[in-house]
This record gives sequence, structure tokens and C-alpha cells, in this order.
Amino acid sequence: MSDQVPAAKKPLRVGLFATCLVDLIRPRIGFAAAKLLKDAGCTVEVPQQTCCGQPAFNSGDRKTARELAAQVIEAFEGYDYVVLPSGSCAGQVSLHYPELFDGNAAWSPRAKALAAKTFELTVFLSDILKVTPRARFEGSVTYHDSCSGLRELGIAAQPRKLLANVEGLDLIEMKDPHVCCGFGGTFCVKYPDVSNKIVGKKTENIAASGAETLLAGDLGCLMNMAGKLSREGRDVKVRHVAEVLADMGDAPAIGEPER
Amino acid sequence: MSQPVNSPHFNANARKALDDAFLQKALARSEKGFIERRKAAVEKLPEYDALRDSARDLKDHILAHLDLYLEAYEKNVIASGGHVHWAANADEANEIILSICKRLDAKKVAKGKSMISEETGLNAYLEENGIRPIETDLGEYIIQLRGETPSHLIAPALHVTKEQIEADFRRAHVDLPPERNLDEPTSLLAEARAMLREKFLAADVGITGANFLIAETGSSVIVTNEGNGDLSQTLAKAHIVISSIEKVVPTREDAGTFLRLLARTASGLDLSVYTTFSTGARREGDPDGPLEYHVVLLDNGRSNMLGGKFQEMLRCIRCGACMNHCPVFHAVGGHAYGWVYPGPMGAVLTPSLVGVEKGGQLPNASTFCGRCEEVCPVRIPLPKLMRNWREREFERHLQPAAARYGLGVWAAFAKRPAVYRAATSLAMKMLRLFGGKGRLRRLPLASGWTEYRDFPAPEGETFQSLWKKRGAAR
Repeated sequence: MSDQVPAAKKPLRVGLFATCLVDLIRPRIGFAAAKLLKDAGCTVEVPQQTCCGQPAFNSGDRKTARELAAQVIEAFEGYDYVVLPSGSCAGQVSLHYPELFDGNAAWSPRAKALAAKTFELTVFLSDILKVTPRARFEGSVTYHDSCSGLRELGIAAQPRKLLANVEGLDLIEMKDPHVCCGFGGTFCVKYPDVSNKIVGKKTENIAASGAETLLAGDLGCLMNMAGKLSREGRDVKVRHVAEVLADMGDAPAIGEPER
Repeated sequence: MSQPVNSPHFNANARKALDDAFLQKALARSEKGFIERRKAAVEKLPEYDALRDSARDLKDHILAHLDLYLEAYEKNVIASGGHVHWAANADEANEIILSICKRLDAKKVAKGKSMISEETGLNAYLEENGIRPIETDLGEYIIQLRGETPSHLIAPALHVTKEQIEADFRRAHVDLPPERNLDEPTSLLAEARAMLREKFLAADVGITGANFLIAETGSSVIVTNEGNGDLSQTLAKAHIVISSIEKVVPTREDAGTFLRLLARTASGLDLSVYTTFSTGARREGDPDGPLEYHVVLLDNGRSNMLGGKFQEMLRCIRCGACMNHCPVFHAVGGHAYGWVYPGPMGAVLTPSLVGVEKGGQLPNASTFCGRCEEVCPVRIPLPKLMRNWREREFERHLQPAAARYGLGVWAAFAKRPAVYRAATSLAMKMLRLFGGKGRLRRLPLASGWTEYRDFPAPEGETFQSLWKKRGAAR
């Protein structure tokens, strides 16, 4: 198996949509995604971007959601592919943008076209490029399936398949990896008590797995679980799956001080 | 007089539920059982997903022709010697039932499980009018002793622990020897059965719900696992069925399609223990059966849902799978939802029936994890329908002002990428200064987060500015 797209082909131009959380909180996930794409032979560009509009969409504000969707379509429609290190934002673009512009003669075809070439990072690497990045990560990890990625896009096998190829990495499945962590976007601040109960069950399962590191593909969920693990004083490192796949697993974990 | 609506207080209800040690124990005990039983039953049926598709299509067909099937049903109920009463709302349904009871001089009513009667507040209404309703489903009997309402569609006493039930029985059944042993679920069941047997025999009228109404025969169908429905309806002078209008199905075979799905999804059984078909009153030569057979068909807001954004909700067959798989339901139980229907199906149906002003909290109290839609036997897109309610609320400015304002400020930045970049670059640097240890234990305006969790500090610079800076070096 080759790590590269055949050299004869013109490199794919990929627009990297880092997502607003990665942009603001943890840029290294963006760099990890860019490295993975470049190692696979793609040209990576980062057009000016803010947010995919999911918070507005899920708060019932379709007008704002549509405005932000239009902004994303304009910024990204020129690329061969659009890749996001997030299942929930990828789901927003590939499933909900077409829904937002349903019946709109001007925008509906553009939304559908963008949707068709938008992929979550691990899906893009595994199913579209069919590459297996080489990386080394010493230690045991457990993987949480974020809800939107899992149930909207069917992401479950891809990250695990890629992780299986990381040298030194031992994947231990926790109990109920597919059960929600209680983040839910604005849910976690609108219903903090309920969210706390749900994430508490999750951190119990994470700790019980005995894994040293928790991985997932969505920064919102990761921040929620990392924040709870840290408040509970549990010694579990938390990282985005892209960091490990890009061989960048030695940087400070989420919630750790910068060195 | 329908059941009072306590849904606007979801947050306070939820906090109370989280602090209730008994409830938390009961929820923890029940969570896995439902999920595992359903999974095992579904795995044994290779055509399960195809069955879901045909059930969905069938329901959509029925809802598109609901008037025709209801008329056919009514005609066939009358032809088999029964009576049909149409009730536009809860009050009308209650009055119809009371007038039948009064005419028969009924003092005691045996009731099979019915969520529709919860919707109309029937028990309280009958009691106010001097008639004693006795719930005969074991779970309903328990909560009736406790003066509570059901907290789950098919397991009404889900929120109660075995120890609490023992205490309730000792309190209520004072004629029985106090030294009796009630340690085992089987001994509780035997005691309830003995108590209920007398009540079936003493009842003048039996009231049941209906899982399905069959248009071609005028039959009503109920499923139970205790057989209490059969006794409620056959031993009394009259059998009154109270049902909502969307329960009608065209044929017996169609009922079979739904029955195959319902039991597997609800309880993991291939078929419920008792599936009872009732058609008309006792005929000449019948050894038993009620002398009168009545069906009260309740609308209560459902016809307004037809042809609108929430019609898909009328496909629901009340299996409870959505709540059995809901992380929010697992955390707070059913009563926190504040009305008759809990969990994801309740979060969509409640605003439809009581209005979004009163029910609007419920569709917001979801993480949109999507597990409800994944397990729904008739493929109701529950998260989408909850989002539809949020849109209604947004359009009508019903959400809290702070949330709306916050969203507005965020949107104003997000729509202006250059301003956004400048503002966020500064903000992230500030946050970094306060989060030198890598995490923030307190954050202004985000106490909802930091009350329970640390906030991971940002790296400091944004990805976009770093990407630009590193430019050629990348």
C-alpha cells in the first residue's frame, strides 16, 4: 500500500475548514489535519473562515445559519475537496446546507455541490484517499464516537482503522463509546446540570477503561470531557485523533499548560 | 381539565430529579435492560429494517387518508354493535365517559393502561364526580397508590425502586399481616394480583386505551404483558375504549406489521404476552364480554398537526425506545418533562398538543445525539422535529433574551470574517493569559460550563493567524 496518491495525477486542492473551535482554542489540530493531507499528496489551503453556522441552525435561527452557510460556500466551492477535523461540522455542511437552501434555485445547486465534496478528516483519509498515515504513539488510548459524526455520517470504523496502524498505540474500547458525552453545543451551558450528569457517566467509563489517553474527532466533545476529567482530578490525557495520526501526539494535551 | 403542564420548569424539575437518590437508583437499574433486550430482539429479525420502512410508509399513507380510515372504522364499530364518540378535546372526552358511567350507575371503574386518559386527566375527573377509577396495570397501580403520574410510556413506575413499592404496599394494604415477606419482586406481584382480582370483579365499567384501531373490522387492539386489559374489559357492564385518532390502521394485517415492531422495540419480546382484539359488545351466545362497547376518539390538537411540519410525529406507536436510548431521559427520568409524554417523543409532541409557549423547553433539552431517531421503529426524525420547534420559538422570540442576545453578538462577528479574526485573536490571547496552567476554573459569562468543568485554555494564537505567519515555513 502506498502512502501517496499516484504521482502522475495533479495534486488535489483541498480547502481545510479548521472549524471555529479549532481555530480559536487548539490550532495544532488544524496543523495536524494539514500535515495529514499534505503527506497524502494534497495541496492544502486555508481560506478566510469563521463558523459553519451550526450553533445558529440548532438554535432555530435559520436566517443566520443560511448567511453563514452562504459565506462558507463562497469561500470553499472552488476546491476539489473540503475537509474538516470534525464530524459535526462536516455533517452540517454535507447534510444540512442542502436542507437550508432547499427550493432556492440560486443556492441549492451550490450547496449540494459543496456537500458532495465535503468530508470529515478520517473519512477523507480512509475512504477517499485510501491512505494509512504512519505515526508512532506510545501508550493506551480509548476512542469516543462523537454523535453527529457517528449517526449523521456513519463514522466509526475509519478512525479506528487509522489508529490501528499507529505504531506503539494500544486501543482499549471503553464501555458505551457511542453514547453522548453531554456536550450538545449550547446544550451544555443551557442545561448545565443535565449535561454534567451525562459527562460524569462518560468520564467514569473513560477512567474505567484504564486508557492513558482519550481520543475523539470533535473538539467540542473533547473540551467537555477534558474539562470534566480535569475537574475530577483524573489523570487522563485528551487529544484530537488527528494529532496522534499526524505524529504530533507529544505536544501538551488539551487542558495542559504550554511548554 | 387535561393534565396540568409543568414543562416550562424543565430545568428546575431536572435539578430536583438529579438530586433524588431513589430516582437515580431506579434509572440506573432500568437503563441497560431496555437497550439490551431491544438489541437482542432486533438482531434476531433480519428483515427488521425493511419492516421499519414499510411501517413508516404505511403510517404516512394512513395519515394522508386519515379521514377515510376513521370513517370506515366508525362504520364498522357501529356494524358490530358498538358506539363511537368523537371528542375534540380532553373535556369532551371526559364528559362523554362520565355520562356513560352515570347512565350505568357505575361507582367503580377498572382501567387498563392508557396514556390518552393521562392526557385528559380522566382519573381526577372521575374521582371529582364520585366514581372510583382503579388502575389495573401493575405499574399504574403502584403509581396510583403513590398519587403520581406515569414517568414512561410502557413502564409507568420506572422511577420507583422495589424498596419504595414494598413500603407503598405495606402502607396501602393494611388488612394484610404486617409480618408478610415482600422482599422479592414475585411476592410484590402476587400481592398486587390478589388485590386487583377483587377490584376487577367489583368494577361496573372497564376503560382501556388502544394501541391500534382496525378500520376493516372496527376492532380495537391492546397489548399488555399482564393480561389486565382483558379482565378490565370483559368483566364489566361496559367497555369504553379511549383512543386518539391516529391509532387507526386499515387492516388486521397492517396491525400485524406494527405489532411485530412494537413488542420487539419496546420490550424485546417477539410479541407482547397478551394481544387482545375487541370487536363490539357481547353477542348472543357469547359466554362473556361487556354488554356495551364504546369508543371515544380524541383529537386534542392532532388534526392540527396533519399536513404541517410535525405530521411525522403522528407516526409514533408509543414503544418508548426513544426515551430508553436518550441520555437526557437517563439523567432525569420522565417526570422532569412536566406533562404526559417524556423523552424525545414527548419533546416533540408536547409543544404540538399544549402549545410551544408551555412546551418549548422540551425540544431545547436535547443534545441532538440522534440515538432516538436511530432506534425509532417508524423512523421519526426526532432531532429534526425538535429543531423545527426551536425555529418556531426563534421566530416568535420565545427563547430567553440572554441566549438570543448571545447568539446575535456571535453571529454579528461570524458574518464578518475580518472583524472576527481581529476580535478573536485578541480574545484568545487574553484567555491564554488567564489560563497559564492550561485550564480555567472560572470564566465570566460561562458559569454553566465552569460550574462543573474546567475550561481548557486556548493555545493563544488562532489557527488562521498562525497559518498566515508560518506561511512559507509550513
